[in-house]
Parts: sequence; structure tokens; C-alpha cells
Amino acid sequence: MANRPMLEIVSLEKRFGPNTILKKIDLKVAEGELVFVIGPSGSGKSTMLRCCNRLEEPTSGDIIVDGRNIMAGTRRDLDRMRLQIGMVFQGFHLYPHMTVLKNVTLAQRKALKRTKAEADARAIDMLEQVGMAHKADAYPGELSGGQQQRVAIARSLALDPKVMLFDEPTSALDPELVGSVLKVMKDLKSKGMTMVVVSHEMGFARETADRVVFMDGGVVVEQGTPDEIFGAPKAERTRAFLSRVSG
Amino acid sequence: MDIFIDQFFNIEIMRKSLPLLLTGLWMTLQLCSAVILLGLIGGLFVALGNMSERRWLRFISIAYTDLFRALPPLVLLIFIYAGLPFAGINISPFAAVVIAFLLNNSSYYAEVYRAGLISVAKGQWEAAQSTGLSPTQTLIHVVLPQAMRNVLPDLLSNTVEVVKLTSLASVISLSELLYNAGMARSVTYNASPLVLAALFYLVLLWPLVRLVSHFQRRLAA
Ligand SMILES: Nc1ncnc2c1ncn2[C@@H]1O[C@H](COP(=O)(O)OP(=O)(O)OP(=O)(O)O)[C@@H](O)[C@H]1O
Ligand SMILES: [Mg+2]
Repeated sequence: MANRPMLEIVSLEKRFGPNTILKKIDLKVAEGELVFVIGPSGSGKSTMLRCCNRLEEPTSGDIIVDGRNIMAGTRRDLDRMRLQIGMVFQGFHLYPHMTVLKNVTLAQRKALKRTKAEADARAIDMLEQVGMAHKADAYPGELSGGQQQRVAIARSLALDPKVMLFDEPTSALDPELVGSVLKVMKDLKSKGMTMVVVSHEMGFARETADRVVFMDGGVVVEQGTPDEIFGAPKAERTRAFLSRVSG
Repeated sequence: MDIFIDQFFNIEIMRKSLPLLLTGLWMTLQLCSAVILLGLIGGLFVALGNMSERRWLRFISIAYTDLFRALPPLVLLIFIYAGLPFAGINISPFAAVVIAFLLNNSSYYAEVYRAGLISVAKGQWEAAQSTGLSPTQTLIHVVLPQAMRNVLPDLLSNTVEVVKLTSLASVISLSELLYNAGMARSVTYNASPLVLAALFYLVLLWPLVRLVSHFQRRLAA
């Protein structure tokens, strides 16, 4: 991909007390690219994603989204820039006291200041895209995990983000529900969305990822195409990890 | 038996004291509204202070809730009404009651809010803020509604306590329900006005305590 970079992680460092969790990470994600991140538990994958929208405050380094540094600017600027960075969590985190439709319109109304009509129309579009429009009036508690996750994706998409970050989006799902969420993500990729996905779904990575990044101990150990990483990993640590997860 | 009825359930005396008691009831309702409304607002800010990342704010709010939950409300009331004039500060009985019970009550509300706020999963904050909502918007639209729903029985119980608490205002001769009932009793040499006042409290609070039980059962389910 020769496209311009949509997300640049520059020399990102994160410390929790005495522990350095991310050690000067550099990662560029091009427009429309899907980067798939793997690595053992505790290697810092979630922390890296969470630093990308400053849910976790980086200790040092820069996060540049479509040319703008989200580490610069005021709290207001941060709220505005977060609109451009969609985030999907392992635990969905839909708002349980609101209908599906309200879940998808809330930030459109309050942060983007769209009118109710605009927000509703956009929400229905997005819910259709993830196959959940028929549940617009349901409450999250009435949905399966897979359905909740698709609504959560629609909630992010409705804000027209430039990048979508997924932190183990299918890890909390029953196996038979995983496919519906992965399909939505695949559609998204084919529509040209820039995506960073932390996941254990290697099959999805082989099919959909442009690049696979292997992290361990807070550094990027190795990266390459799915074929390179899964077929012929160079680093010993990558090989050890892959043989462990493929059982 | 006749003497009992005559002393406690004398309809004629109740009828005569009714206007006085209604005036008292009105005052009680005004006191309750002021203390409950201000308490609900003040309590929220104290609770937010308690959960702030700023150490000094946490310190102030913890000191506040500890102090005003530990001090007996009657002591607080008499101090504000009868003690402060020694410092040249004179306050109307109404204001004294509102301030004293507000200090007491907002600390209880604050503790209830705090329990409610920490009952809302951290993921709710993160999801809302990752969609560009400001911390205040997140609090108002996402966290607070869930927090309040989770502690609704406690908020209501606390509100019941406020209504009962206002009867203490009679000790500084504020003409609320209990004080006026006492007046009627001493004028008529008959306890029926007190019984009537008790009935008023009952009618006011019984639906509320029922509601508390109802919500408690629903939350437990
Ligand atoms: N808030 C925190 N305070 C202290 N340490 C933390 C905090 N969050 C994460 N860590 C530590 O940072 C390290 C990396 O955590 P992280 O969640 O990023 O790993 P991960 O690669 O996502 O792991 P997993 O695959 O289990 O999700 C872990 O050792 C974790 O204990
Ligand atoms: Mg993780």
C-alpha cells in the first residue's frame, strides 16, 4: 500500500509506575490498510490501542491521525479528535439504559451536534450495514453478544471515523456468534476503512489483513504480510508464540 | 374507651385544629423541598469531589461527608440557630433549618451517589469518551442515569429521612407540622391534633416507603 499514512504511532512509550509497558513503538498504518496485531498476554497490545485515543495517557511519543497530532491541543481538541478514532472493545460497553438507536445517535447529537433527523438517518444506515436495523428499538440487554458488538461497531461508524481500533472484538463471544462480527469487519475493510485489529482470529487475519504485527514485551518484534508471518516467521519469539496458539 | 376516643380521636378538635395543621404541613413541605432539592444537587458535587483525581478535592469532600454525618443534626441546628448569633450572624429559623439539614443530608446523598457512581462499569466511561463525549456529557447522559437507577432505593430512603428530620425544626419554634400540632394540643388540652399530625406524616411517607421496598425487590430480582 502506497497510500498516505492515516495513523502514525511515533516512538510511543508507556510506563505504569516502574514498569515500561510500551518501549518506543513505531507503527504506520496507511489509508485503507488493515493491520492485525498479535502477541502474548501482557505484551501491551491493548495498551497500545488505548494510547491511540488517549484512554491511556502515553508517557511519551506522538499519535498522528491523518496528519494531526492528538498529543497536541486542549481537552476540547482531544474530544474532537476522538471522533475520528473509532474504538471497539472486547466487552461491547453499550449503554444499557438506552435503546440501540439512542446508543448510536448519542454521540452524533452531543459531540457532532447533528440534528435528530440527521442522527437517526445515519444511525439506521449504519445499523443496516451491520445487520441490526431491525433491533433499533431493542435494549442492549435483549441482544446476543454478537448483536451487541455489531451495534457497538455501528455506534463508532456513525461518527465517520478515519480509523477504527478493535481490541479483541470477538473474544467475549460464543463461537457461533464470532462469524457475524468478523463479516461486518470484513465488509468494513472492503469499503476502505483503515483498521487496527487486536485479535486471536488467525483465519480472519490470513484472509483480510494487509499486515500482521507481532508484539512481545512492549516492542514490535516482527511484521509482515500474513503469509510471511504465519508461513515463515523470522524471529524465534514469533515462532514460539505461533506454535503455542495454533496448539 | 370513651375517654380514649375523646383524648386521641376527638373529631371536633381535629376539625378545629385542621387549619393550623395545614399551615404547618405547608411549611414542612417547603422545608422538605428545599432540603431535598439542594441536597440532591449538593450531594452530587460532593460525591464527584470524592472521586476526583485531585487530592485536595477528595480531602475536602471526605472531610465534609465525615463531619456532617457524624454530627447529630439537632446539634447542628441549634448551633446554627442559637450559636451563630454570638458571632454576630443572625439567621431566620427557616434558613437555619435548611442549612443544618442540608449539611447533614447532602453528605448522606453524597455517599449514596458515590456508591452509585462506582457501580457503573469503567467501560461505560471509556466507550462514551472514545466517541468524543466530554467528561461532563459522559456523566450526564451515560453514567449518572445508570448510577441513579442502581441506588434508587437508597436515594428514596434518604429522602424519607429528610421528611422525618424536618420535625426537629419544632425545637427552634419553626411552625412546621409537629410544632403547630403541639400548639394545638396545648391550647385544646387534647392529644388529637398530634394524632392528626402523625396521620399526615403517615400519608406522606407511607407511599414512599412502599416504593423503596418495591424498588429494592425489583433490583434484587
Ligand atoms: N492501568 C494499569 N496499571 C498498571 N499496569 C497496567 C495497567 N494496564 C495494563 N497494565 C500492564 O501492562 C501490561 C500490558 O497490558 P495489556 O493489557 O496492554 O496487554 P495485552 O497485550 O492487551 O494482553 P491481553 O492479551 O491479555 O489482553 C500488562 O503487564 C498489564 O499488567
Ligand atoms: Mg488486551
